[in-house]
Amino acid sequence: MSDSAKDLHSEYMVINMGPSHPVTHGTVKFLLTLEGETIIDMKVDIGYLHRGFEKMCENGTWEQVMPYTDRLNYVSPLINNVGYALAVEKLIGIDVPERCKYIRVIASELARISDHYTNIAASGLELGAFTAFLYFVEARELLWDLIEMLCGARVTANYVRIGGLKNDLPDGFKAKTREVFKTCRELWADVDHLLTKNRIFIDRVRNVGIMPPEDAIAWGFTGPCLRACGIPYDVRKFHPYLVYDQMDFEVPVGEKGDNFDRYLVRMEEINQSMRIVEQALENIPSGPVNVNMPEYRWQSKDDIGNRIESLIFHFKTVTEGIKPPPGEIYSAVEGANGELGFYLVSDGSGKPYKCRVRPPCFPLTAAMPKMVKGGFIADIVPTFDMINMIGGECDR
Amino acid sequence: MVADLIESVVKILFIFSVNIGFFSPILGWVERKQSALMQDRVGANRADVFGFTLIGLFHPIADAIKVLTKEDFIPEGADRLFHTIAPFISLTPAIIAFAVIPFGGQYELFGHRVNLIIADLDVGILFIFAFASLASFGAVLGGWASNNNWSFLGGLRASAQMLSYEVVMGLNIIGVIMVYGTLSLSEIGAMQVNLFNWGIFLQPIGFVLFFTCAIAENKRAPFDVAEAESELVAGYFTEYSGMKFVMFWMGEFLEIVTISGLVTTMFFGAWHLPFVSDQMLVDFFGFAGPNGASILAILVNIATFFAKVIFFIWLQMTIRWTLPRFRYDQVMRLGWKMFLPIALINIFITGLVLLAK
Amino acid sequence: MEANVTINKLNTRFSESIVETHSYRGDDTAIVRKEDLLEICTFLRDDKELLYNFMMDLTAVDYLGREPRFEVVYHLYSLAFNRRFRIKTRVSESDCCVDSIVPIWVSANWFEREAYDLYGIIFKGHPELRRILLYEGFQGHPLRKDYPINKRQPQIGPTN
Repeated sequence: MSDSAKDLHSEYMVINMGPSHPVTHGTVKFLLTLEGETIIDMKVDIGYLHRGFEKMCENGTWEQVMPYTDRLNYVSPLINNVGYALAVEKLIGIDVPERCKYIRVIASELARISDHYTNIAASGLELGAFTAFLYFVEARELLWDLIEMLCGARVTANYVRIGGLKNDLPDGFKAKTREVFKTCRELWADVDHLLTKNRIFIDRVRNVGIMPPEDAIAWGFTGPCLRACGIPYDVRKFHPYLVYDQMDFEVPVGEKGDNFDRYLVRMEEINQSMRIVEQALENIPSGPVNVNMPEYRWQSKDDIGNRIESLIFHFKTVTEGIKPPPGEIYSAVEGANGELGFYLVSDGSGKPYKCRVRPPCFPLTAAMPKMVKGGFIADIVPTFDMINMIGGECDR
Repeated sequence: MVADLIESVVKILFIFSVNIGFFSPILGWVERKQSALMQDRVGANRADVFGFTLIGLFHPIADAIKVLTKEDFIPEGADRLFHTIAPFISLTPAIIAFAVIPFGGQYELFGHRVNLIIADLDVGILFIFAFASLASFGAVLGGWASNNNWSFLGGLRASAQMLSYEVVMGLNIIGVIMVYGTLSLSEIGAMQVNLFNWGIFLQPIGFVLFFTCAIAENKRAPFDVAEAESELVAGYFTEYSGMKFVMFWMGEFLEIVTISGLVTTMFFGAWHLPFVSDQMLVDFFGFAGPNGASILAILVNIATFFAKVIFFIWLQMTIRWTLPRFRYDQVMRLGWKMFLPIALINIFITGLVLLAK
Repeated sequence: MEANVTINKLNTRFSESIVETHSYRGDDTAIVRKEDLLEICTFLRDDKELLYNFMMDLTAVDYLGREPRFEVVYHLYSLAFNRRFRIKTRVSESDCCVDSIVPIWVSANWFEREAYDLYGIIFKGHPELRRILLYEGFQGHPLRKDYPINKRQPQIGPTN
């Protein structure tokens, strides 16, 4: 600063980008210390959407937790369902039938695509590109039609069960998916034309919110934000679960770790997820979708009507909950934001002793000050959008 | 004398009714419907009168009723005087600037020479810039007087942006002035009978720069940093409601019309159809008698002028709904480091070409 | 055995600090004494054959009725060797504090604040230990087993 500027009596302005602000979706509070428009310091306050997920889980049975998991990352609820079911199945030590695994993969990928659509649309909206927002929202609507066909609800799906699924794939699902994906690919191309080479958009997101790879690892980044830094860590490739090891897909990796790379990684992941869904629909085997163990998974009504064992266990698991053996496990799936981990502790009763969710966007939000210090207020907008902080997941 | 007075009153009433009565509400409708068309959705179509929705054209009336019946509050701790007059300061220059924009040529009507421009000043362009500068006060005062840090930031951004782009706009226009040799808009318009005399061919760079700078001056997307919804809630007019809020918006819409009018006059042949001069039109309509011919020629010219204006309004709306918004420092860098040198180069090249002729 | 590389190395190097190890369902776990936690974590991060550079998760479990009552659980991941590890340390209610591992992995900052907020475990040496998910005036630590699920809090709001 020049000498004359030092003589000016100036103070930093402290401004509250409060929980109720168009950009802080997911309700976060940023306490900014500004010099003009440059950010000197930033404090992040979360917890406005804390609903006591863990305490509520300890109060119900293992299956009653499933609807709560929908509401964690509420833009990709099926992934949360799948993650929790896989964790409990690991705790019990059972494996679900092949068909169930394929359908779970399809459900996860549809949820992942819809999450990426929402994220890129919201980023476009907050940067002023309203039209890109509405194109992707239309694509998301079509995907939600598919999910509604699958399980009856668009958002809070509650589709996966411990030991299986709520129902099998409906008739005509494959044909409808093909139709929907054709329109979605056209809309993807439209948004690509609108944003990816748009000089104004690139100026807003390039070299903004940079996170070097070593710092990203130290801060606990996972998911698209870590892959944008150049580190190809994807739980689906490094710890394959369900049938991901039989699927042919690539994991896009960025270079610099700025917002533009995060955007590009997400756009490409949409395409890869569509590939996975199409492969899964091609190769899905026939068979049952629920594991044949009445003590952990309710059987069909016929079976309950005819087998006394199923009837007894149905009664017991409804009233007391399923009873995994005592122990603790940690199981991770690749959520849309990163590694979604479940740490479950069982004491042998029907209620979870501890049901912990490792939220992928918790460390991402913690690193916000590091990414925007020294930048402008206008840089908070793309950075906060691109880390895709979902309030339900971060605060639980 | 009396004829002059009647002529002025008729012209003022016409421009007022076209601007405030027609363009202002219609632009609200156009914004909704055009954006809806571009975004593959329907747009606002609920306001109806006895069951007729008329593709949403009743919405401006509904908006007007809503706005007039809203509570008009001044936030606690705000400066009451400035908070109240800021919207007026923002709106007035936008309306007054239309006083010097010609929407037709000169005709003989009932033995009286009618000039279709409210105030035929010799320094028309200068007048417009003078009033555009005044408009920046409205934004700044609105931001300052609201006792709100976010409005304050919006007002700061607005002041810097508008001042910078006024400078650049002025330099852009110098090319036009050099080519046509006059500051008076009606003369510039009169010189553009021949299609190849249109400003767009004589000053292509000037057109692109002027159009962009004018959008920046008007604080419309992609330059709407002062009002950036996602960062500053609503920027300098966060704390406004009711009629005062609408006055800011009307100022913006009317400035869209003014910009379109200016661009048409300076670069796109003003009120002329290509190669058709006023006299040719009057001769063409000779079958209706001298007064009838004048009236018909006036109507044709006004229609041409407003058709061109509507085209530029459409263009500005399309740009708004396509592009994301700039960051504040990028806006300033664009104005000072890119447009200013290009404008200077434009002046230099124009000078060389004129000397060579 | 390859799968227990970490446990073997810990047993050879820190045999007095290890209380218990197991590999239930394939998850390698070690329970260590809380006094040696910082040293062991630094070793886990820096040793050339372990390189646990990710601190994935940090949480606590309340075993009410058992002494020591709490267990602080850390989940680590090594990107280079694609290995997960869980390290736990037991904390009693009377001496409810443990060293903060923020100097080793920066990501622990918010996770430790959350554990303090919900369980009341103090992390010594944490740069800014205050509540994160709940508001400052909240009374109690809700994830403890003796906090009833329907407990009411006193009303908060502006004092005028």
